[in-house]
Amino acid sequence: MNVRLYVWQRATAALMVPLVAVHVAIIFYATRQDLSAADILARTRGSIVWGAYYGLFVAAVSIHAAIGVRNVLAEWSPLSERHAGRLGLLFGLVLAALGARAVLAVVL
Amino acid sequence: MLLWRIRTLNWNACLWQLSMDARVKPAHDEWNSAWARVDCAQIAASKPLTENRMPEAPTELSVSLWRGGVEGRYETYRVPRRDSQTVLDVVTYVQRHIDPTLSYRFACRVGMCGSCAMTVNGRPRWTCRTHVAKVAGSGRLEIGPLANLPVIKDLATDMAPFFEKWREAKGAFAPSRTRADAIPRIRPDSPARLAADAAVECINCGVCYAACDTVRWNAAYLGPAALNRAWTLINDERDAGNVARLQAVAATGGCHACHSHQSCQEHCPLSLNPTASIAGLKRRTALAYLKGELKP
Ligand code: SF4
Ligand code: SF4
Ligand code: FES
Repeated sequence: MNVRLYVWQRATAALMVPLVAVHVAIIFYATRQDLSAADILARTRGSIVWGAYYGLFVAAVSIHAAIGVRNVLAEWSPLSERHAGRLGLLFGLVLAALGARAVLAVVL
Repeated sequence: MLLWRIRTLNWNACLWQLSMDARVKPAHDEWNSAWARVDCAQIAASKPLTENRMPEAPTELSVSLWRGGVEGRYETYRVPRRDSQTVLDVVTYVQRHIDPTLSYRFACRVGMCGSCAMTVNGRPRWTCRTHVAKVAGSGRLEIGPLANLPVIKDLATDMAPFFEKWREAKGAFAPSRTRADAIPRIRPDSPARLAADAAVECINCGVCYAACDTVRWNAAYLGPAALNRAWTLINDERDAGNVARLQAVAATGGCHACHSHQSCQEHCPLSLNPTASIAGLKRRTALAYLKGELKP
């Protein structure tokens, strides 16, 4: 890992600390209030705030996990740094696509 | 020839010990007992190291030593147990009294030169300052070459990759002045000086390098000692090589490969903390990168 990847991984980790906390609080709230799927969608549909919040979350997770997977592969598999980097990137893109799909499904 | 097989210690070692005694603070309980133990007169007379040690303990040690190169095996020897015996004394006994073809490396025998490190009962240690009483309560010793370095023969490893990484980490002082310039004044209590002080007593023994899992699985990793050295120079206000040094330690295989699991700190015989030095490098390089001073 070089300094660029290090800074991105640490920065996305720092960003995820409040995002995860709020996300967990939302889950508690939704279950305590017995919100149905329809209730939740009624709140999220068309909401720029929820779209931006979870969009940022997905971006941070994708970058953070991609770098982590790249590092694990580079250290623990016979793959070269370059190949590990490519696989990590691919993993990040898949996460981003799945996450974006989920976010779009609740805000559109 | 990379091996320094010094058969008898001489007055130089004693004088070295006495001159360094005042300068180097004991960092370990092994140091304390060590200063009282070395018998200079005996060494100067070039007598075998094992003679004149009183009282002799009645028991024997069962000592397994690595013999051969990479493809070697452990062979077991019986060595008399003595008072205040060090692991290096044990190895020396085998070479002097049982098998003179045994290869190992040492020089100062007083914890200064860093050449005597070996794997002792599974842990990397400086053998000249490791008392048998501390590591072989059961009377059994297994002594092998340092891990993470190529074995030359028996207990001697090739330290070239270790020092090559010091070079890669820009571990050499880069002068910023000439002899015509005034000597810069460094305040002893300045933060940079204190940071350098905390890391500067390294004796290049390679113990931390052998103890580091990241070195084992990442051939490009510079390792704790080289990075610790880079940190001392980064905190040396007289040094002019920090741009290149930060660049070197911020690259792949540099400080960011460290997992901070502190095995280096745990094993360092001088109780240095390379993990803290590496954490300092991580902060310094990240800051330089954010300021646009580093191009990874
Ligand atoms: S803290 Fe870093 S240098 Fe020290 S043993 Fe762990 S990985 Fe190696
Ligand atoms: S940091 Fe400690 S263990 Fe590592 S080479 Fe220096 S003295 Fe030896
Ligand atoms: S022989 Fe010099 S440090 Fe052990």
